[in-house]
Parts: sequence; C-alpha cells; structure tokens
Amino acid sequence: MTTAATNHVGTHVYPKQNPVDLQAAARRGAQRRRLWIWAGRIGVAVIVFGGWQLFTELGWVDKFFFGQPTQIWEALVKLFTEGTSFGSIWENIWITMQEALYGFVAGTLAGGLLGILLGSNKYLSAVMGPYIRIVNSIPRIVLGSIFMVAFGLGMFPKALLAAVLVFFVVFFNAFQGVREVDQNLVANVRVLGASPLQVAMNVTIPSAMTWIIASFHTALGFAIIGALVAEVLGAQQGLGLIISQAQGSFDPDTVFACMVIISVITLAAEYLIGLLEKSLLKWRPPNRSEAASI
Amino acid sequence: MADDSQRPSALREGAEDAARIQITGLTKRYLTPKGEVFTAIKDVALAIEPGQFCSIVGPTGCGKSTTLAQVSGLEKPSEGSVSVGNHVVDGITNGVSYMFQADALFPWKTVLNNVMMGPVLLGTPKREATDLARDWLRRVGLAGFEDRYPHQLSGGMRKRVAMAAALINNPRILLMDEPFGALDVQTKAIMQNELLQLWEELRPSVLFITHDLDEAVALSDRVVVMTSSPGSVKDVFDIDLPRPRGNVQHIRHEDRFLELQEQIWESLKDEVTRAYAKTAGAAA
Repeated sequence: MTTAATNHVGTHVYPKQNPVDLQAAARRGAQRRRLWIWAGRIGVAVIVFGGWQLFTELGWVDKFFFGQPTQIWEALVKLFTEGTSFGSIWENIWITMQEALYGFVAGTLAGGLLGILLGSNKYLSAVMGPYIRIVNSIPRIVLGSIFMVAFGLGMFPKALLAAVLVFFVVFFNAFQGVREVDQNLVANVRVLGASPLQVAMNVTIPSAMTWIIASFHTALGFAIIGALVAEVLGAQQGLGLIISQAQGSFDPDTVFACMVIISVITLAAEYLIGLLEKSLLKWRPPNRSEAASI
Repeated sequence: MADDSQRPSALREGAEDAARIQITGLTKRYLTPKGEVFTAIKDVALAIEPGQFCSIVGPTGCGKSTTLAQVSGLEKPSEGSVSVGNHVVDGITNGVSYMFQADALFPWKTVLNNVMMGPVLLGTPKREATDLARDWLRRVGLAGFEDRYPHQLSGGMRKRVAMAAALINNPRILLMDEPFGALDVQTKAIMQNELLQLWEELRPSVLFITHDLDEAVALSDRVVVMTSSPGSVKDVFDIDLPRPRGNVQHIRHEDRFLELQEQIWESLKDEVTRAYAKTAGAAA
C-alpha cells in the first residue's frame, strides 16, 4: 500500500517503492480479484439452485411441473445406472452425437463450399441470392417432419436436419468472408502471376477461413438442436427420444437431466472447437474474438 | 531500337529493353454505379527508360493509381496502350511487382512464407524459394524474424517485408503506390534510403506514386506532374542530382534540390488548387 507521509513543510512525500514490492502488490491485487470473481460465480449458482430447491420444497413452486435439483440429480444417476428403455444412456448419447456430428460436417462442407463459390462469382450470387434468402426465411425446423416422413426413423433424417440448420450459418459467413477479402492482396498475387485457382487457394479461402471458423460455434449449437428436435419428432433411439418419452410420462426431472447431459456435451465440443480455432488462427493478433473473453 | 544493335552484350540489351515502359494516349473511363461515365485519366503519354526511377505526383484523385493499374495489366485501358519492352500490355505483365500503401501481406502467413510467395507462384522449388526468401530477409535486415506473423511486426518492419516480397523475383518493373505514405517521418526516411540502396543493386524501372515532393525529388530521375481529374501529364522534370544520392535527409538541404522542388511545386500548385475547389464544390 502506498502511504503518504507529510513532512514539516506540509507537502506529501511518497516513500520510494522498489519494483519487487510493486510487483508483489500487483500480484496480490490480481489474486484478490480472481478470488472475488469465483466467490461471485459460486454465489450465483448457490442462489439459483438453492432457491429452486427451497421453493419447490416449500411448495411455492410445484415440483411436479418444474422438477427439483435433488430429483434431477437422482434422475441423472438413474439414467446412468439403470439406463433407459431404449438401451443404456451411453448408447443414446452416442446416437445423438453421431447425428449432430454428421450434420455438422456435411452442413459445414456444403455451406463453406457454396458460400465461397457464390462469394467469388458475382453472377451466381446475383442469381441465387433471392432463393437463398427465401429458403433462409422459412422455418427450417419444420423440414424435420418432412425428412421423417421421407426417410424414416433412422439416423439419416436427423443428420440431414442438423446439416440444413448448420448450412445457412456457415454459408453466410463464408459468403461474407469472401466478400471481405483484401483486394490489395488479390491484386498483389495476381501481379506476381497467380492463376485464378492460386488466388483462391492462397488468398480467398484462407481469408474466408477466419469467418467460417467464427461460425463454427453457432453452427455446432445448431447441429445439436437439429439432431435433438428431429429425435423428438420421431426416433428409435437418442436423447431427443428420452426427452419426448419423459414429457409423455410427466417426468420433468428426466428432461432436465437430459438437458444437463446435452450441455456438458456441448461445452466439451465447444472446447474442442476452441482448440481448433486457436491452432488454425494462430496468426491472428490476440484479443480479436470477443466471444473468447466470456 | 535501331541504335541498340551497337551494344556489346545482346543479353543485357534484351534485359534492358524489356524494362522500357511506353505509355501512349492512355485513357481510362469507368462506369459509375449511377450509369455515368467517369474519365479517370485522359491521353496520358509517358516513357520510362529501363532502370529509371520515375515518380508521379498530382492532386488527389487525378488517376495516378489508375495509371499504375494499366501498366501492371490488372485493368485494361479504354483507349491507348501501355507497352512494356516491345509488347503491348494485355493481361498481367510479366516481371512486375506492386507495392501498396497498405502493406499487402498475408496476415496468416509467417514473414518467411510471405516473402516466399513470389518465387513459389513462379513454380520455384520450395527449398530454393526458402533459401531465397531467407537471403532477402537478411538483405532488408529482418534476419531472425522469419517465423513471426505480420501483426507482430512494427509498421516499418512490415514495409521491409513487403519490399523483400516485391523485389525477390527480381522484377524488371517495380510499381509503388504511395508505399511509404502511412509511415512516420523518421521511418519513412530510413525506408527511402533502403529502397534506393536496393534499387541501385537491381535497377528495375520504377514508377513511384507519392504526394510528398521531397520524396519524389530525393528518389527519382524524373518527376511527372499530373493534372487534376481527368489526369494527364502536365510537366516532366528531370532530376539531375548525382547518383548515388546517399542519405535522403542530407540532400534535402542542397540548393539544387530546393530549386527543383520549387519548380515542381509551381507546376503542381494550380492543379492542387483546382482539384481542391472541385471537391469543395462537390461537398457544398
């Protein structure tokens, strides 16, 4: 701490700080801030879940409709120990994950390729632009019903719905990414003798990559939503089916338990995408991604 | 040319001749989005001798960059032609390098890979290109920075990378569009000295756009003054200061330098005023 002494003339004299002390003080300050942040975080969790538990216990909120943290925990334990009527929970998780993953990969590839193609071809983008906007404006989740009717109860219609949802997210980012390419860079490599293919490989695609990768976080969420919704609409296995069964038997705790499982999976996948982003975009100056700071 | 047949080395003659830029009756019009025709440059005529350093000065928006784009072959002239060597430019001209005000570096490539781009695009084997790029980085004083990314470098260092990338293919023509415009005064002077040094070694023909008359006079053999829009050549000044010029900061104070600079400013002044009146009128 800086303490100001007063000498006999009345002016403040600050004691000389040596750098080691200053550094130690700064470290202590940073540590204190971290401690407070964590205290706050834990506090929020205690208030939310404690309040939930308390209110349902007191009967102010009906636990028959809204579940209860302890019961959700029990439902979770039951899911993992006893399994479900459609096989073990791991099997169901794996099915849903596969659907989401296939959908994510297919949607990303299609969206990325078409986005880059339309972004770099003015004529194509002018022709296709209105149609893409129309398709984007229809509620695509409803397509799930059609896929179900057309392709049955297997994994394919789920992956397809996930892919459709992912497609537009990635497509628009890829399209915009190509549009934002630094024209100086393009001119530069063209003067150096690059062919159109070389311009695409060396400038357009790497530059659009920043935008495409930025869309992965949102796209991943959509892939999981797509797979789940399609399962709720009709499936033989998967987390969506467990949810819709629990809904049918008035069991909110199992629905919440599935939500917990899904969010854990999503967080893990987000983390992996974060790693991918970091390794692919290591050339970027730090602190450009606002999303990473939260 | 007829008298060139007297030269001793046929090879050297070919190389020199190939770097001659002949601009005749060059006119470039653009269609504005509103459907109006905008004439950027009109009847530009200019010859740059092989190995000559030629600066173009002129008021803002007078078509300096447009002229450069026609020489590089990035754009096609509406009328007239540009010849490089004995060939009329049609499509990208071979052996040309461009340097822009904003450094056109790949932010996702390391410094080494940025510099390597030129030879790699020409089909040079990777190892050879790497060696060449390392050598060039050393020449511009950036040895040890090979693995950095552009955002990790200062503005002056990025300029050096751009310079190495522009010169690595040993271009016969170097087009520079206000390359040092965004640099602070001290860094600018350093870069000018380094450019002159490298130019003395390689002797490409240079077309150098600038707003800075000091820069134009200090670097060039010839300074071209362009009129306000639509741009055409107003005056051409031969800069007879001896080569090598040495430190650009020292020659700024020589009498002949000041005299030339004064003359060029006399010529440029009216155009700048006219261009300014036009933009002010448009804004009002």
